[in-house]
Amino acid sequence: MTLAEIRDILECEVLTDGDDLSVRVHQVVASDGMSEILAFARSGELMITGLTNIQSIRTADIAGVSAVVYCRGKRPDKKVIEFAKQKKIPVMVTKMVMFDICGILYNKGLKGVS
Amino acid sequence: MTGELLRESYSIQGRNFDKAGEISTEIKVLLRDLGIDAAFARRVVIVAFEAEMNVVMYADQGTLTLVLTEGDISLEVKDEGPGIPDIELAMKEGYSTASDEMREMGFGFGMGLANMKKNSDDFCIESEVGKGTQVFARIRLNSNG
Repeated sequence: MTLAEIRDILECEVLTDGDDLSVRVHQVVASDGMSEILAFARSGELMITGLTNIQSIRTADIAGVSAVVYCRGKRPDKKVIEFAKQKKIPVMVTKMVMFDICGILYNKGLKGVS
Repeated sequence: MTGELLRESYSIQGRNFDKAGEISTEIKVLLRDLGIDAAFARRVVIVAFEAEMNVVMYADQGTLTLVLTEGDISLEVKDEGPGIPDIELAMKEGYSTASDEMREMGFGFGMGLANMKKNSDDFCIESEVGKGTQVFARIRLNSNG
């Protein structure tokens, strides 16, 4: 599934412009705990979190994920978005809750990492 | 024993949550610019990031020293902080003494030390209560963790 398809299916607003949303994603890591994301993330997967501080983007950068989706309508501040742009990490926000996001993406064939 | 190719030391400010993680981001850029293998660098940076966050969360101040040789990277992190009374317990996944403030930062869920060990080939902690903690981690180039 591409990032553009994920954007559409989760009704996301993209907060970083000019990103390549044709990138394909096969796996997902979803957590508000950054260490958990670092423990289970694989390069190129999608990261879903409700944590919107600068650490979420630092974690995304270090884990090497392909994009970050913020759930529950939580929006990061400008500084965080600028940092994501600098690190070339697409950032999207959806009003959906994490449980629903995971269910929808799982139904579409995406899997977690265990 | 191979010789040192690079040695960098960084000062970590305890409880400065705004800057927390900056050093690890800097290390990631440094390793990329040196042309270090990405998967290997990723392990190094995960260890550095977890260590840096621990110092920021718990200690007054600390230092992180990175040493690159032909075959490995070692990280030595020393802090002046409360120390760890029971290292075995602290290493258990899920055990945490974090405050709400730390958890709001997305850390302190009891995975940090375990993550550091998982990504290291050699890993040890020494700690003295009331004085501080020292962590040593070595990540070898030709291993997959």
